[in-house]
Amino acid sequence: MSAVETATTVDAVAGDWQPTADELAGGLRTMLLLRRFEEEMQRLFLRGEIHGTVHLYIGQEAVSAGVCSALEAGDWVAATYRGHGAALAQGSDPEALAAELLGRRTGTCGGRAGSMNIVDLDHGLVGCFGIVGGSIAAATGAALGCRGGDRVAVAFFGDGATNQAYFHECLNFAKVLELPVLFVCENNLYGEFTPLAQSTAGADIAGRARVFDIPAARVDGNRWEVVAAAARAAVARMRAGEGPQFIEALTYRHLGHSKSDAGRYRPPEEVEAWLARDPIDQLRATLADDERADAIDAEVGGELTAAVERALAAPFPDPAVDRATEYAP
Amino acid sequence: MSDTTFRKAICAALEEELERDERVLFFGEDVAAAGGVFAVTPGLYERFGPGRVFDTPISELALAGAAFGSAVVGKRPVFEVMFGDFLILAMDSLVNQAAKFWYISNEQAPVPLTVRCAVGAGGRFGAIHSQTPTPWLLGVPGIKIVAPSTPADAKGLLKSAIRDDNPVVVLEHKRLYSISGPEGDGTVPIGEANVVREGSDITIVAAMRGVHDALAAAETLAGDGIEAEVIDLRTLRPIDERTVLESVAKTNRVVMYDEGPELGGWARGLLGAVAERGLEDIDDSWVIASGELPIPYSPTLEDDFLPSAERLADEIRARVKAPARA
Repeated sequence: MSAVETATTVDAVAGDWQPTADELAGGLRTMLLLRRFEEEMQRLFLRGEIHGTVHLYIGQEAVSAGVCSALEAGDWVAATYRGHGAALAQGSDPEALAAELLGRRTGTCGGRAGSMNIVDLDHGLVGCFGIVGGSIAAATGAALGCRGGDRVAVAFFGDGATNQAYFHECLNFAKVLELPVLFVCENNLYGEFTPLAQSTAGADIAGRARVFDIPAARVDGNRWEVVAAAARAAVARMRAGEGPQFIEALTYRHLGHSKSDAGRYRPPEEVEAWLARDPIDQLRATLADDERADAIDAEVGGELTAAVERALAAPFPDPAVDRATEYAP
Repeated sequence: MSDTTFRKAICAALEEELERDERVLFFGEDVAAAGGVFAVTPGLYERFGPGRVFDTPISELALAGAAFGSAVVGKRPVFEVMFGDFLILAMDSLVNQAAKFWYISNEQAPVPLTVRCAVGAGGRFGAIHSQTPTPWLLGVPGIKIVAPSTPADAKGLLKSAIRDDNPVVVLEHKRLYSISGPEGDGTVPIGEANVVREGSDITIVAAMRGVHDALAAAETLAGDGIEAEVIDLRTLRPIDERTVLESVAKTNRVVMYDEGPELGGWARGLLGAVAERGLEDIDDSWVIASGELPIPYSPTLEDDFLPSAERLADEIRARVKAPARA
């Protein structure tokens, strides 16, 4: 893959945006929120408070934090079963999100959805989907709903999804109709347990988008400001009516695919190299203001602890009271 | 009101709803410029333009996803899957996205999408252009299925489907497109069956083209002194059990007549509901459906495979004239 050029700096991405210190601090705040939230969820899962499984976003924070920083109210996002990051980056309430994972009545979806299927329309989240390519279709549809206006839609999905029909059908569909949808592939190099090279012919995901004549940038997905710059450029092109855009963000999940996976199929030196490129550490270095960074971290941590406590104290849904209707009236 | 054809009635419903509500979109393969391969939708593209009515790639999954996503953000999409057989390519979006959204989102927004597809056998189209996808959809909570048998119902049910806030699959039997009848005006409520012929000796429950077979069989049986009541289900999900139970309470005999496979179809399921809720009313009950094979091509094979008005009349004649069981 080294033959494919990857943008590793803001300047390498088309566009003229350069982040201010406040914007960098804002990006750091979002990433820390995502990181600390997932750490809390990991603890709750190990304590048996969260059921089924969880797919943690730790290590990939720069992608959704960077992309969502380029969006406005009224834009739409669709994400995957590894979607807590996208939800929080869109402004979803951490307490409600935690309550949803805990199966509580106060959850984002009243406890009906769980970790893999979050929907939060008030924060522009069309949904998280348990089928790996599902978000691609949902965002394409949301973009169809936006056609003719100035709103846009974003699909987050992993490298594994690029081998599903959703990817190929929807990229083609979106380009033929020139829909304002930004496809963001979070390439974390593994489709569940299988390395990219073994599952993805050509191993050039951005190149797959270019085949559809969709402008595609391949960027360092562990650098918030690079992702944010690429997203701003792509969103500006969509708002100018230039149709679908594509970002391949190279990143890495620090943990296994899901809570049952220790990730032993990954070479230790590869894991070490990526841990040394932690997106939060890198943004802290860019911000170069440890005092401010520490203060943000402490503030986020305090808010989360309180939010999780409230979520834990919330009641479970009561099947006798919380009645459902099969159909919308 | 003057007579129209089934296909023109569908087009009229689309035209009226596109006119009535600017959130309505209509798209599919060759539905716009070409007017549909079954010539159902000519003129809509010219009237409403490419922003509302458009042709798409042959990508059933993308179509369903585009409908789902646009419905969630406020549009009322109608898309065509040319043959119901192809619906299986759209199933993840239809089942895992559209049908579940209302519930798992905790009712944050409805999913007002409609999918139309041509279904049904008897046209010598072979195994992959003749199926009726009802069995695949019956087990999906959140989906509605309508299945008209007349031009008026085709129009009224499609209008209701477009106005409904849930995913609705509209089954259009391809051998009904050319039939004529009153056009009707207004909507036809989803979930209400129609007693299309009254009788006292047996109830025949059918849908789509099967209703026409049932009426033909009833005419034949009338000559033998057997009066059959014919119920046109019109909606297959949610199914109108009450109308069927009321009829069976009167006739004490019921036959479910369905073109689709017996296993997993609506016929056995409805018979089960009748047994559960109306057992004391039943003297005889059975299902006539097709066997567990792919739909064959050759005319002799396909004709033998499908149930027919003749078989329906023969079986009823034999069973109704038999001595009532103790």
